[in-house]
Amino acid sequence: MTFWHILLGRLTWTSIAFVRTWRDPTISGIIGGGAAAVAVGGAVVVLALLTYLRAWRYLWTEWMTSLDHKKIGIMYMVVAGVMLTRALIEAVVMRTQQAIAINNQGIVAPAHFAELFTTHGTIMIFFVGMPLLIGLMNYVMPLQIGARDVAFPYMNSISLWLTIGGGIMLMASLVIGKFSTGGWSGYPPYTELAFNGGVGPDYWIWSVSLSSLGALMTGINFAVTVYKLRAPGMTWMRLPLFTWTTLCTSILMIFAVPPLTIATLLLAADRYLGMHFFTNDLGGNMMNFVNLFWLFGHPEVYILILPPFGVYSEVVSAYSSKELYGYTSLVIATMAIAILSFTVWLHHFFTMGQSAPINAFFGIATMLIGIPTGVKIYDWIWTMFWGEVRLNTAMLFSIGFMVTFVIGGMSGIILATPPVDYMVHNTLFLIAHFHNMLIPGMLFGVIAGYYYWFPKAFGFRLSETWGRRAFYCWFFGFYLAFMPLYVMGLGGVARRSQELFDPALRPWTLIAEFGALLLLTGLACIFIQLYVSIRERHSTRVPVGDPWDARGLEWSMSAPPPEYNFATIPQVSRRDAFYWRKKYDGAYQPADHYRDIELPKNSMCGILVGMGLTACFFGFVWHIWWLAFLGFAIALGTAITRSFMRDVKRIIPAEEVAAHDRRWLDRAAAARPISRHLELTPENEGLAKWQG
Amino acid sequence: MTTVFICIAATSLSGCSVLRRGFLAPAGPIAHAERHEFFFVGAVMLVVIGPVILLAPLIAWHYRLANTKSAFRPQWGFSWILEGLIWVPPTLIVIFLAVFLVQRTEQLDPYRPIPSKLPPLQVDVVSLDWKWLFIYPTLHIASVNQLIVPADRPIQMHLTSGTVMQSLLMPRLAGQIYAMAGMETQLHILISKPGNYWGENAQYDGDGFVHQKFQVMGITPQDFDRWVAHTQQTPKTLDSEAYTSLSRQSILPQPITFGNVEPGIFSKIVHQMIPLGYAAQHEKAKSNGG
Repeated sequence: MTFWHILLGRLTWTSIAFVRTWRDPTISGIIGGGAAAVAVGGAVVVLALLTYLRAWRYLWTEWMTSLDHKKIGIMYMVVAGVMLTRALIEAVVMRTQQAIAINNQGIVAPAHFAELFTTHGTIMIFFVGMPLLIGLMNYVMPLQIGARDVAFPYMNSISLWLTIGGGIMLMASLVIGKFSTGGWSGYPPYTELAFNGGVGPDYWIWSVSLSSLGALMTGINFAVTVYKLRAPGMTWMRLPLFTWTTLCTSILMIFAVPPLTIATLLLAADRYLGMHFFTNDLGGNMMNFVNLFWLFGHPEVYILILPPFGVYSEVVSAYSSKELYGYTSLVIATMAIAILSFTVWLHHFFTMGQSAPINAFFGIATMLIGIPTGVKIYDWIWTMFWGEVRLNTAMLFSIGFMVTFVIGGMSGIILATPPVDYMVHNTLFLIAHFHNMLIPGMLFGVIAGYYYWFPKAFGFRLSETWGRRAFYCWFFGFYLAFMPLYVMGLGGVARRSQELFDPALRPWTLIAEFGALLLLTGLACIFIQLYVSIRERHSTRVPVGDPWDARGLEWSMSAPPPEYNFATIPQVSRRDAFYWRKKYDGAYQPADHYRDIELPKNSMCGILVGMGLTACFFGFVWHIWWLAFLGFAIALGTAITRSFMRDVKRIIPAEEVAAHDRRWLDRAAAARPISRHLELTPENEGLAKWQG
Repeated sequence: MTTVFICIAATSLSGCSVLRRGFLAPAGPIAHAERHEFFFVGAVMLVVIGPVILLAPLIAWHYRLANTKSAFRPQWGFSWILEGLIWVPPTLIVIFLAVFLVQRTEQLDPYRPIPSKLPPLQVDVVSLDWKWLFIYPTLHIASVNQLIVPADRPIQMHLTSGTVMQSLLMPRLAGQIYAMAGMETQLHILISKPGNYWGENAQYDGDGFVHQKFQVMGITPQDFDRWVAHTQQTPKTLDSEAYTSLSRQSILPQPITFGNVEPGIFSKIVHQMIPLGYAAQHEKAKSNGG
């Protein structure tokens, strides 16, 4: 044990991406080095810009240490946006490789390609899908149920920083060392020490562990919030649908994420402590990992899909100016999906050799999920029926979702049929199927929700022009990128192939490549939309807070909302509370009596716990034991110290609340109520004209 | 729409010949039945999703804000008839599909022997990094990356892995079943017509993954007997030592054959009683760290 070994563990010169590129200046090496340069360069530019703008103090006091659910929600979305950009670029690189590498090596080496599909999947599930939805739920759910914050604001901050920590590990793996090559599901024994001795699988284990710990805490947090912090009168059957889906997702997170944490930790025990849970020899059995993983993995799919279903329910109802059709049906369907999602995990491995009756059972269970899902889609269609539909960006994404998602549903039922699954499992058909579910199902929903709630969060609307452009890119890009994959999958092309051998595949890979570029353009449109919208914000402000003539409580305060959300906690007497208040002229009335409001003080404990554990896990990856110990000590020490702190609340005096409320009411009184025809014009100040 | 467009575009370029690589161009009864099942479920599902694809854009367009002629009933949100329509028919369709699913899953169980007048030919399959080893235990021969079998006679395969988990897929014949170390799985195939087909590993297992493809040749019984007799002349023997060296990570430029096979070697492989060649390779890789 030399000094350097103790200090740096397994870390050596050649672990650095730039050194590797220097020694191996192939195209693949240069792409890897370039990616590392972008990661380092991006970080340096951001840090320099923050210093130049003297924004550090602002960032620290207003954002990083904030326990406000709204700000935490926004930070989740920002993190997800950064990660989405990386993972989508990786997808384009992979498609480019497949378009080029027909009977030749292409641009990336096999191990590099494997890293790309592993990081792409890991990021998209754990660091794009989850943070996007957790961010949206964080922002919206407390506002919808009339709460001032989530039940455990400090735990919320820890969850955020654990997720960011996982993201930092993934970014670090670009520069230092290499990521796993075992796919996002990380099946052993391939990821065992016997086959992969490097740091890759360790990066995967520990970054996923950080994310899963954060997700578990978020689940507990949101579920308790919905159980305990609903405004008086907000009974179960008066909850907005998005809150229902948040609750179901939270329950899924509480029950489904621990099997993943256990599976990755057992794999870590194999790799670090010489145990044999999943090894080939000495009694290990990898089938246990596969079962544990999908016991998490399948409910995870519904963790990702239920909140967007909630978004569609809100968006379609609001932009059709109509009550949601079949509320009770939708609630039952949501709950049914949540419960059924635990009964289907085996369909991820029909091919593992179990008996036909077992496969048939899980096949039927899988098809059953199609029933409540179909019900939901029809409920949205009937919501538009007899409505006044505004075909704006959010609605385009919603309708695009309905049309596209059912195609994924069709391939899903096909895959649920074991005899057919034997043929298309592990092929590009499967890849096409789950992208067909997740892109329209999850991403379109998030974009629709982002468009819908953005004016609430920031006080101005998003650009419609760029929103439409984004829609066309995403919608047609999806079809071009993934329909060829269905075809190639039917032709028996295995997933994760970095080289193909049949020239007949070329047209299909080229179409898919074009589609991938269109999807990247779609993402660029989303960013341009944000930039353009900020620049044009003076003509799109909606300070009164109800730009869409919507129905839930989240529209009943100014935009952006005050940090305490509600000047007085609302009384709820029926579903769509704000709609009925508007109808009976109760929407913009001062309260009889304002009270002092208690809010959590800012705290740096969340960031310390999160970054402490990240340092600890980073130490584990590189066998830098002092860092692991130090990081863990910081995290544990902070958690214990914080539990002794008593002065963690601050009071906002009633006068201040009253003054703010009065200013907003004056603003509302001065605003001109507009009809839905003028929704997208500068006339829209966020006050809706009653239209019966 | 787009799909149709893509298909037309691609057809004009190279034909939908890609589909002839897979089970939509079946070369045996299993793949044939699976293709039938695919079209059957697909057709039923088209009926189910068709209305959504039509109704969603149509209703949205008809009830658009600009259309002042369409009715507007903002407080309408429930109808028993519609509830019945959206819950009951899908449930009936799932029950209908479920009945077929149980039947077909039973019939097409990879473990189920294929009925035939001829006795099945035994082939033991071992997946290795990055090649496939086929042992013919009754004929005492073996081949690597080349599966030659008589047409029109059922083949009973027993699979295991000498390395990580892999998945055997022969797209025009049958598939897919996992090969896992220390365990044995089964797959039955039958080639209807003599011809050349292909097989692959569909589960990623490292750098040589894409090269882990093999030729499947269905030949006439006479040709098969001739091939067996010829192969038995090959001087090489598949014994423990040869297996150890074969199990090193490598990509083979061309198939290998063994004229003799140590009796019971497959069982030894399943029970992991033969030292593996990759172990030494991995020890070396591990000490390199990264």
